[in-house]
Amino acid sequence: MPRYFTREHEWIEVDGSTGTVGITDYAQAQLGDIVFVEAPPAGTRVDQSKEAAVVESVKAASDVYAPASGEVTEANAALEAEPALANSAPETDGWFFRLTLSDPSELEKLMDEDAYKSFCASL
Amino acid sequence: MSLEVTPRTLPLDGWHRARGARMVPFAGYSMPIQYEGIITEHRWTRERAGLFDVSHMGQLAIAGSGLDNALERVLPGDIKGLKDGRLRYSLLLDAGGGIVDDLMVTRRGDGFYLVVNGATKAADIEHLEEELPRGAVVDHMREQALLALQGPAAAAVLARQAPGVDALIFMQGGAFRLGDVPAWISRSGYTGEDGFEISIDVRHAEVVASLLADEPEVRPIGLGARDSLRLEAGLLLYGHDITRETTPVMAGLTFAIGKRRRAEGGFLGHERVLGELQQGPVARRVGLRVEGRQPVRDGAAVVDDEGTEVGSVTSGGFSPTLETPIAMAYVPAHLSTPGTPVKLASRGKVYAATVAPMPFVPTRYKR
Repeated sequence: MPRYFTREHEWIEVDGSTGTVGITDYAQAQLGDIVFVEAPPAGTRVDQSKEAAVVESVKAASDVYAPASGEVTEANAALEAEPALANSAPETDGWFFRLTLSDPSELEKLMDEDAYKSFCASL
Repeated sequence: MSLEVTPRTLPLDGWHRARGARMVPFAGYSMPIQYEGIITEHRWTRERAGLFDVSHMGQLAIAGSGLDNALERVLPGDIKGLKDGRLRYSLLLDAGGGIVDDLMVTRRGDGFYLVVNGATKAADIEHLEEELPRGAVVDHMREQALLALQGPAAAAVLARQAPGVDALIFMQGGAFRLGDVPAWISRSGYTGEDGFEISIDVRHAEVVASLLADEPEVRPIGLGARDSLRLEAGLLLYGHDITRETTPVMAGLTFAIGKRRRAEGGFLGHERVLGELQQGPVARRVGLRVEGRQPVRDGAAVVDDEGTEVGSVTSGGFSPTLETPIAMAYVPAHLSTPGTPVKLASRGKVYAATVAPMPFVPTRYKR
């Protein structure tokens, strides 16, 4: 399944019209120990590049932006009990939320994995 | 033209980087925020011993004659009653009773040794030179680095390298040899743990840091854990929990005002401070336990039932020891009793919290 990345270090994996969103390994390493994640509940409308979730590390609070617009179908309940999953498995079990994409053409604005890797290397 | 201020480097800059530190600007310096992770470093310090580089802090030597009287003009503490080799927590106050800085003052022979905050040291020196009578000379000891070794294993570790230090009690200092290096060592710190602060010539900083960090019980600890450790211990951060807008009575620092000084006054700001001691302050600094898991941070508002702001959070974060968010805030005096429920507002959300006694985690000083 294709996976896309934002300049703000979110990823979205797309399966048909469903997207799964999380933060990248680069992002979790920058944030440090994550102690709280607030993912949007099912039914929330999110807009591309707008705040969708909050992640709190020991150091600071950071906004997580939606890589694409749509309606949230599920927040990752596992993160509520174990926020550190976003550190240990940011790109797998530590996903934040799933959504139904309202405009899949938005994905064209995002980077693929290679482009994201070069982007991180340039930071 | 760039208006960006490049942070200055400290003597151990390369040492931190070689040990994997992530460096951030703090108090005008590039400093290590963390090495392996804040929570790991925090727990390591509570369980074993952590080595902190606090060379950004200002180390001042005050020499001259009539210093006891001179210092009692700028500090509300009982300086005359301070014995040689003893240190005391004290405050620089302005004429209105506002806090210019908090500091440690040690009597060292004929003079005094002060450790002040890094971000405020230039203003402190200016304040001292203005307020101290002529004849008192303030020397900023730029040639000295400052390390802190904190945690339950600190005394055993340091005694291996500096024989005799374990005879010191909390808030006592003395001259020792650490390996081959002359050092001024005091039993004090900013974590709530037993521990030591070690002043050495910058030329020996790397050697001493390695000597200590290579002990099996010791790991280097960054600013991140330093902040979470001090918050658990209920210790204040200047510029956040105390400022020129707060007084010692509001901040709950009346222990730093000597008994004799309360009767006699005679220090800068004494009218306001002694008045508040009698009548009670309008607002008080309190500890807060926040419900849920989300940290509430510096700048959040304390609100009443109508949503009106009645106070503010000055420090807040996640306590690795308690595994819950904790904070410090100023609240109206009638809300300052432990157990009082309060509401906090931040980023459009409201959080329930309860006023809690401090320290949040019991301190383990060797008295």
